[in-house]
Amino acid sequence: MYVSVKGGEAAIRRAHRLLADRRRGSRDVAEIGSDQIAEQLTLAVDRVMNEGSLHDRALAALAIKQARGDLVEAAFLVRAYRTTLPRFGASRPIDTAEMVVERRISATYKDLPGGQILGPTFDYTHRLIDFGLEEASETPGPEAADALPVTPGSTPRVTELLAREGLVEVEPRGEDGEVGDLTRSPLRIPAKRDVRLQQLARGDEGFLLALGYSTQRGFGSTHPFAGEIRIGRVEVEFDVAELGFAVPLGEITVSECQMINQFSGSAKVAPTFTRGYGLAFGQAERKVMAMALVDRALRTEELGGEVIAPAQDQEFVLAHADNVQATGFVEHLKLPHYVDFQAELALVRAMRAEHAARAEADAADVVEDHFEEAAE
Amino acid sequence: MTETPPSPSPDAGPDDRRAVMTLAAAATGEELAAVRALAPAGVTDLRAPETGLVMVRGRMGGDGAPFNLGEATVTRAAVRLPSGTTGFGHLLGRDRARARDAAILDALWVEGRARDRLEIDVLSPIRRRLDAESAKLAAETGATRVDFFTLVRGDD
Repeated sequence: MYVSVKGGEAAIRRAHRLLADRRRGSRDVAEIGSDQIAEQLTLAVDRVMNEGSLHDRALAALAIKQARGDLVEAAFLVRAYRTTLPRFGASRPIDTAEMVVERRISATYKDLPGGQILGPTFDYTHRLIDFGLEEASETPGPEAADALPVTPGSTPRVTELLAREGLVEVEPRGEDGEVGDLTRSPLRIPAKRDVRLQQLARGDEGFLLALGYSTQRGFGSTHPFAGEIRIGRVEVEFDVAELGFAVPLGEITVSECQMINQFSGSAKVAPTFTRGYGLAFGQAERKVMAMALVDRALRTEELGGEVIAPAQDQEFVLAHADNVQATGFVEHLKLPHYVDFQAELALVRAMRAEHAARAEADAADVVEDHFEEAAE
Repeated sequence: MTETPPSPSPDAGPDDRRAVMTLAAAATGEELAAVRALAPAGVTDLRAPETGLVMVRGRMGGDGAPFNLGEATVTRAAVRLPSGTTGFGHLLGRDRARARDAAILDALWVEGRARDRLEIDVLSPIRRRLDAESAKLAAETGATRVDFFTLVRGDD
């Protein structure tokens, strides 16, 4: 617990002015524009949109500038901003089968309908620093080969191919009625999969990455294959009561990962491939892969398995995935705890005095015993 | 060009109106602003442009039950033409002028009087740009299509 303190206004004001100055950095260097962040630090923007749980590229870019590049702080700013806006409603579920694909790969099928499309990827780069980027230079445009162009709808889901043979579990379509919403009601454990996916979608990428990795290293292994990863644009549609039809709001880029997991079956389920799912705003490949691993791990209990590892533990994962919440609680330790601490200080002093008195008494007893023994 | 008579266009259903809205949603602010030159004097705001949130939903596994992915900023506006026709604009983002222009476009299109001019001055340029961009993207993306060869191990 912390208590209110008074004073320090002048120091706080000066600290914030100092912060603004340090944010700007050397005036000899041109100021960065949030448009430059939106265009050239796109993956940072995508991460802030996901962890801020708000799709708005310009806003996320501005938050990154304001936060001096601290992406958790930027997500915090975005979360705070969203609380100032009214909620119009919920979109129709986006249809990733109709995605305008910019990247689509499968680690399970070499020749899949629609092909393997690398798109703009870091994969197969040598991870050598490109010193050429130190100087501004003309970047050549992409090659547009005479290859078969990628057309919407030409890339069926890998999971559909397996589903045709009945080898992978089919997602129950479910009624499009009540959908759990963490922005409206707090997290309750056990949580249904809709709420779990919402929390994972806005969860910290690093935390999810570590948890996903832990399953691969044997802490609740799920034998995963990256069935499919696709990135591209989808239309967002919103039902407007006055119009009586779904209005197109515009397109957003999303990343999707279908993890396919070997599953030898249980008392409840016949041997089949099971699925873990990851979905996120923007180009967030690592995030959706980690999310899909953790989604599958969190399904352990419903698939009749025993919860033995951290990634399978709903409370452990879901209660700690949100970095805005986590940073709030960790960083609140910086706030004045003077009264608390004074109380603890008095307590520890009293306990030490007691401890010392007891030790003295015990020592006296030992000496007494010794004399008694010697006298006998 | 002479003023085309008001055409109720019985053939134009919600799908056509939706198609125009899809174009509006993909248009830049500048492209949409072209609609102002076609708007009659006395367009009133039924709903002044307002920014809010729409929760974007996905489906588990892409095709299963819905879940909440995260919110998106959306700006909406509604206008009424002097003729009484109303129009709506709902666009991702926080650009109020863009949402109002989209509402004017919708109203003018529904009213029907200026459809030809809308087509020439507003819709065609947007469509041309989008077609060019999607062809370019499809070709650039298609150029990164790969064939992985599985290396055969052992005897052959």
